[in-house]
Amino acid sequence: MKELLELYFAFLRIGAVNFGGGYAMLPLLEEDLVKKKGWVTTDDLMDYFAIGQCTPGIIALNVSTFIGNKKKGIAGAVAATTGFLTCPVIFILVIAMCLTNFADLPIVQNAFAGIRVCVCVLILEAVMRLWKKAIVDKPAFVIYAVIFLLMAFGGVLPVKVPAAVLVVAAGIAGILIRGHREAVK
Amino acid sequence: MNKWLLLFLEFFKTGLFSVGGGLATLPFLYEISDKTGWFSHADIADMIAISESTPGAIGINMSTYAGYQTAGILGGIEASLALALPSFIVILVVAAFLDRFKENRYVESAFYGLRPASIAMISAAGLNVVKIAIINIPAFLEGYDLSKLIIWKGLILAVVLFAARRRLKLHPVFFIAVSAVIGIVFRFAGV
Repeated sequence: MKELLELYFAFLRIGAVNFGGGYAMLPLLEEDLVKKKGWVTTDDLMDYFAIGQCTPGIIALNVSTFIGNKKKGIAGAVAATTGFLTCPVIFILVIAMCLTNFADLPIVQNAFAGIRVCVCVLILEAVMRLWKKAIVDKPAFVIYAVIFLLMAFGGVLPVKVPAAVLVVAAGIAGILIRGHREAVK
Repeated sequence: MNKWLLLFLEFFKTGLFSVGGGLATLPFLYEISDKTGWFSHADIADMIAISESTPGAIGINMSTYAGYQTAGILGGIEASLALALPSFIVILVVAAFLDRFKENRYVESAFYGLRPASIAMISAAGLNVVKIAIINIPAFLEGYDLSKLIIWKGLILAVVLFAARRRLKLHPVFFIAVSAVIGIVFRFAGV
């Protein structure tokens, strides 16, 4: 029970400050769960994000479920997922009840323009840290470059390639590249 | 149909079919709006702004809001849980599969390809935030004036934060809070 509460509150904390979407969650997870608590490894996190991208639902929730499940099975998954949901749900209920023009308030707009800069820095740091672990050789870099270009500048193409398709393609590419290497040996 | 059941079904469906993050829920939200009238298209636009300025993904926020409008606080909680349930079930199944096949050569090779993909998507998401916070492409395109391409306040804060993060071993939340205060004091949004 103590462990479940610990999981719940760990994710409650992350859910309370997770501005800027699922990927902005990564630096927080690294700080709290990899470095401080040692519940998961950085490799685990990268795998969870990749899978979360091509399974249904919101990535942040997918990752919470994964980590909770790894730590304490289904009960752990429930604790982590509900923990993550708690603060966002309370925030929106409060906003819906009293502040309909919340997002138009100058103080809110200015604060969040500042927070977005911080989110850029945190994401950049996360990418730099993960780089060595994920981009282990040239073919891995090619996979990175192709997907990054398609995701970031895919708007110029006539058809938008869904992220889930790219993730599946990257998995298949991984199997083919490794398979080819073993065949050459 | 009973409104509680309908609320559950609509958001369960949204959670089940929106693959790939918060904004993927948008087409489903427009559909719910047209079908049920629980919230308007303008509400969805407002919620995008609110989602950017509160923690949590837009899908969760919209389900909470719609549930609250339809059936009060309990409705908000119900719709949010309905949205979360499909991914919850799918992830448990995937996790069980992974545990069993982790040592499998094919699964391992697939992850060799998936990890760079994961970093690429994180990089692209980061670039999207940079495009709002540090560079201003619309202002640049107005007169092709390079000095207008950069949002100087944002760039300076980013450099300071980056340097500070290397020296001060403090929790990211500390830096998020400081950035909020700096944003208010120096009017980062220009209002």
